[in-house]
Amino acid sequence: MTAELLRESFQIQGRNFDKAGEISSEIKVILKDLGIDAACLRRVVIVAFEAEMNVVMYADRGTIALILTDHDISLEVRDDGPGIPDIDLAMKEGYSTASDEMREMGFGFGMGLPNMKKNSDEFCLESEVGKGTSVFARIRLDSHD
Amino acid sequence: MKLAEIKDLLRCEVLAGEEDLSVDISQVVASDGMSEILAFAKSKELMITGLTNIQSIRTADIAGVSAVLYCRGKRPDKKVIEFAKQKRIPVLATEMVMFDICGILYNKGLKGVS
Repeated sequence: MTAELLRESFQIQGRNFDKAGEISSEIKVILKDLGIDAACLRRVVIVAFEAEMNVVMYADRGTIALILTDHDISLEVRDDGPGIPDIDLAMKEGYSTASDEMREMGFGFGMGLPNMKKNSDEFCLESEVGKGTSVFARIRLDSHD
Repeated sequence: MKLAEIKDLLRCEVLAGEEDLSVDISQVVASDGMSEILAFAKSKELMITGLTNIQSIRTADIAGVSAVLYCRGKRPDKKVIEFAKQKRIPVLATEMVMFDICGILYNKGLKGVS
C-alpha cells in the first residue's frame, strides 16, 4: 500500500451559499504550494468544487478528505443529505433535481456528477436514501486534461 | 487578442484588474451555468457570463480562466469585485448581450472551447 504523504479533512457547512467553494479554494492553495502539476491540480479542484457545491445544495453538513500519496490525490466526500435513489440516472448529463435557488447560483444543470467523473481517474459514488451520499475520486499525479 | 482590445471592442467597464489588461486571450467560454464553464474551460480563457454572484468568481478561480466578462449590463456587488481582486482575476462588464459578444469576438478570430 502506498504511504499517505498528506491527509487533511474539512467540514462543509450545508445550505451556506456564501461560503460554498471556500474549501475547494483552500485545497487549491494547499496543492499549489506543494508544487502539484497544473493539469492534475485543475482536475482535483474541479472535482472538489462540484462535490462541495453538491453538499452545500443538498445536505446540512458534510466532509471532504484530501489524501496525497506518491502517485495520486484522492478526495473522499461524505454528506448527510437525502441520498440519491437512482445513481445511474443522476450520472446522466442534463439530469437534475435542483431547485430554482440552486439554478440561480449557476448550478444544478445536471453536469456536476458527470464533470466529477470526467476529471477523475477512478470515481465511485455510494448513496443511501435518507442517510446520505459518499463520493470517492482518485486523480493520478501525472494525469492530463 | 489582448484583454485591453476586447475591453475597447465591447465598450467594457473594468471592475477589477485594470493593471492586468495585457493578458492574451485566444479562447472563450460563455455560459450562465457554472458546471458548463468547469466542464469546458481548459484554463486561460475569457469567461463570459450573466451570473454575477460570488460563485462566478469562485468558478473562474477553480477553472483557471484569465478574465471574467459580465454581459447584458449586469454588475456584481462590491463583495464579489473585492473577491476577484483578491484572486487577481480581471473583471469587465458590458451592456451587450451574450449572443452579440460571442459573435463579435468570433469574427475577430477568437474560438470557443469544446
